[in-house]
Amino acid sequence: MAMTDQEILEGLGEIIDEVAGVPADQVTPEKTFVDDLDIDSLSMVEIAVAAQDKFGVEIPDDQLKDLKTVQDVIDYVRRSAVSA
Amino acid sequence: MRLTQGSAGARILAFGGYQPARVVTNDEIAKTVETSDEWIRSRVGIASRRIAGPDETVADMAVAAGGKALAASGLSPGDIDLVIVATCTPEAQIPNTAAQVARRLGISAPGAYDMNAACAGFCYALANASDAVRTGTAANVLVIGAEKLSQWIDWTDRSTCIIFADGAGAVVVAPVDDPAEAGIGPVVWGSAGDMADKIFIKDRNSFIFQEGQAVFRWATTALHPVAKQACERAGVDPTELVAFVPHQANLRIVEAIARKLGAPQARVADDIVTAGNTSSASIPLALSRMLERGEIPSGAPVLLLGFGAGICYAGQVITVP
Repeated sequence: MAMTDQEILEGLGEIIDEVAGVPADQVTPEKTFVDDLDIDSLSMVEIAVAAQDKFGVEIPDDQLKDLKTVQDVIDYVRRSAVSA
Repeated sequence: MRLTQGSAGARILAFGGYQPARVVTNDEIAKTVETSDEWIRSRVGIASRRIAGPDETVADMAVAAGGKALAASGLSPGDIDLVIVATCTPEAQIPNTAAQVARRLGISAPGAYDMNAACAGFCYALANASDAVRTGTAANVLVIGAEKLSQWIDWTDRSTCIIFADGAGAVVVAPVDDPAEAGIGPVVWGSAGDMADKIFIKDRNSFIFQEGQAVFRWATTALHPVAKQACERAGVDPTELVAFVPHQANLRIVEAIARKLGAPQARVADDIVTAGNTSSASIPLALSRMLERGEIPSGAPVLLLGFGAGICYAGQVITVP
């Protein structure tokens, strides 16, 4: 059962709200984690861990550093969910 | 063969903590490496840490903390027959630290050994002490966590020099006749040797190295089940905990584990803010300071959780006197 981008975005919004206290409505695809959402590398790890629980997709540290925007994570989750 | 007669259980009689006099603030560190007070506070939660004097040794700090715990216990040095020093930063490979510490405290010819489970060391040593008392191989045990991490820090490496610090903490463990009075629960311990390369000091000419992000990921995902299991083995529900005192590795790790543990009544130790990460000393040091401030009620369940290089981890429920 494939997730749509919108479903992933909503799930990601909930995670980012919980981990970093950024309201979910501010989590939009074009936003960058570091500059726009003020999320640091440790919070990114927490987001990756929560994303694994929520979407069943593992995001290793060496992949995580390349995910700069919300859309990057959405693409990664969608691709990995398909190949899984 | 005749065997020792044990006791029904063990409990902690008293605590003692010691911090070196010198306070090193984030601003002071920011003068030598590219960092800032705001960055350090937000990433690791430390505002200041204590650093030992150049001639102050691990044994000196262990004696200071151990002496306080011994004095507060009401026991005399002659009552102690086992001394365990948890440390990963002894000045020498041999002799060990524990025997010298015992002699300096006037404890006559006890069993004495150092143990290295890095930042989990205190919880391992406390489990050993409890078991020794319960089996009758020791009458009363002095357990000390003491570290001088500053001598293994590269002060130009901003990934480690902002974190690690020096200090010591100690407890006296004694037997109880009635199991209902026991104050040290069953330990849950383990290791993950496949992650040996995540935190290490390569050799005597090297500094401490830590792959912070990997350790953070491991600590925030693997440890809350250990914490819950330690509660379960002690027959304590996490909601009953009055305090949670994990190793003071990083305030964000502490908070993440606490959140996943689900212990709404527990006061969560945040001693790292002014103590830094003191490895095996962090748990007894945090406990002794919380007790001094009257933050932990007597006889109520407190969860300890040590974790660090190895990787090694251990947790147990205790009560404080």
